Amino acid sequence: MTTVRPPIFDFDDAFFWEGAREHKLLIQRCGDCGILRHPPTPLCATCGSTNNQATESSGDGTILTWIISQHPTEPDAEPRIVILVQLDEGTRIVSNLIDVEPTHDQTLNDKRVVVCFVDYDGTILPQFRLAGSQP
Amino acid sequence: MNGTRAVIAGIGHTEFSQNSGRSTLQLAAEASRDAIRDAGFSPTEVDGTVTFSMDTNDELALIRTIGVPMLRFCARTRGGGGGASATVQLAAAAVESGQADAVLVYRAFNERSAHRFGQPVQANPDPAWNWASPFSLNTPAKVYSLTFQRYMYEFGLTNEDFGRYTVVARDWASTNPNAQFYERPITLEDHQDSRWIVEPILRKLDCCLESDGGVALLITSAKRAADHGADAVPILASSAIQLEGGHEMFAYYHEDLCEYPEGRVLGQQLYNRAGITADDIDVAMIYENFSPIVFLQLEAFGFCGRGEASDFIKDGHIGRGGSLPVNTNGGLLGEGYIHGMNNIVEGVRQLRGTSANQISGAEHVLVSAGRSGIILGR
Repeated sequence: MTTVRPPIFDFDDAFFWEGAREHKLLIQRCGDCGILRHPPTPLCATCGSTNNQATESSGDGTILTWIISQHPTEPDAEPRIVILVQLDEGTRIVSNLIDVEPTHDQTLNDKRVVVCFVDYDGTILPQFRLAGSQP
Repeated sequence: MNGTRAVIAGIGHTEFSQNSGRSTLQLAAEASRDAIRDAGFSPTEVDGTVTFSMDTNDELALIRTIGVPMLRFCARTRGGGGGASATVQLAAAAVESGQADAVLVYRAFNERSAHRFGQPVQANPDPAWNWASPFSLNTPAKVYSLTFQRYMYEFGLTNEDFGRYTVVARDWASTNPNAQFYERPITLEDHQDSRWIVEPILRKLDCCLESDGGVALLITSAKRAADHGADAVPILASSAIQLEGGHEMFAYYHEDLCEYPEGRVLGQQLYNRAGITADDIDVAMIYENFSPIVFLQLEAFGFCGRGEASDFIKDGHIGRGGSLPVNTNGGLLGEGYIHGMNNIVEGVRQLRGTSANQISGAEHVLVSAGRSGIILGR
């Protein structure tokens, strides 16, 4: 069974993980100038505002790059596909691709993906599936 | 040369091993003692130190050990190995501004027999890991491979291409008695027989050689070095570049995943400050935690074009008799991984004419740690 190392909840990131619990992929959005940013920061580098809001991502994106992660003594003893996703909103996020065999004889770069949420023993992570694939 | 300009006047290091059998403080102290002696200085003349923020050897413990009575300048670099050359920048800045007269740079660890950087992180060291470790990116090899994969995809490379770098590094190491892989060259076939670390990107022989050891440098002014009879090597340029959106480990947020933007800007800075171009570099020492990072740096520093590093290496440019010998000590894959500091020592040796793999007539050496770098020159 896949297990995960849970994130640290801190002031700047907590909203993201709370959103994940509600099955929402949230992107931090400046409440004043509207700029999106990920990973989150406590202050807007564009306008200096601390009015930090969040917007829900469509969850649609494109795989920029990917690896198969496996370590015999770690949570990924069973191999997992790690992906870097370019979300359609413009920000990027590291996640996993599920429901795809973790094999090397395939090209996943530039494939379209859509978000889903998986509960790993109490830690809910945003994960992705290939667009058009059935859950 | 201007007598107030900073120079590397002394170098010192321990043996590089898999198990030093002594404390990191002893490694730091032995390397420091040797660097100070090599420069012709006395410990009582040292008045500044620079090390890594990650170094566990406290400045006060070290000066008590080696007999330095007083410090008036202490600094530490940010990040990890990317800051290796920034130690020289900080020391040179102190010397040239008059904050210190003789700055001891040191770095020592038991990175193989004690805490190994290559092992999976067990708890997130800082919130940046939130965006990696829950998704299984928990070792440097995996973290870096995520960008290397795009580079391979974009330019149609395979792991064999990376292996050609390792073969060159091991060839240099094979004739360097300080190298852990002395007299142990490999073929590309040997490389391809080594086990996968992150298939199909990195094999074991693409990874740096986790090591125990210490390295030290003594940095002072050209005039003081001359007064002490040191075989000093001038620091023609030094710089350290950080870019918004960048990260030492997670280089996922710059627009172009197939380049090393910090290295590109660093190269421009260094060439401008030294008044030279990439063509003037005779030897390049290039930090390599993993072999593909050499490819990105060769391109970033303008030794070849975007996506051309593989052919540049295949064509023999970086090996014996090549146009740009790279990592002539065997680098961090072949000599040892002292967080990049042993590459600075080799840069100094090339300009002193004392390298085990001496490049005749070397006048300009680039020592890059990717996001920090120096140009040494005669």
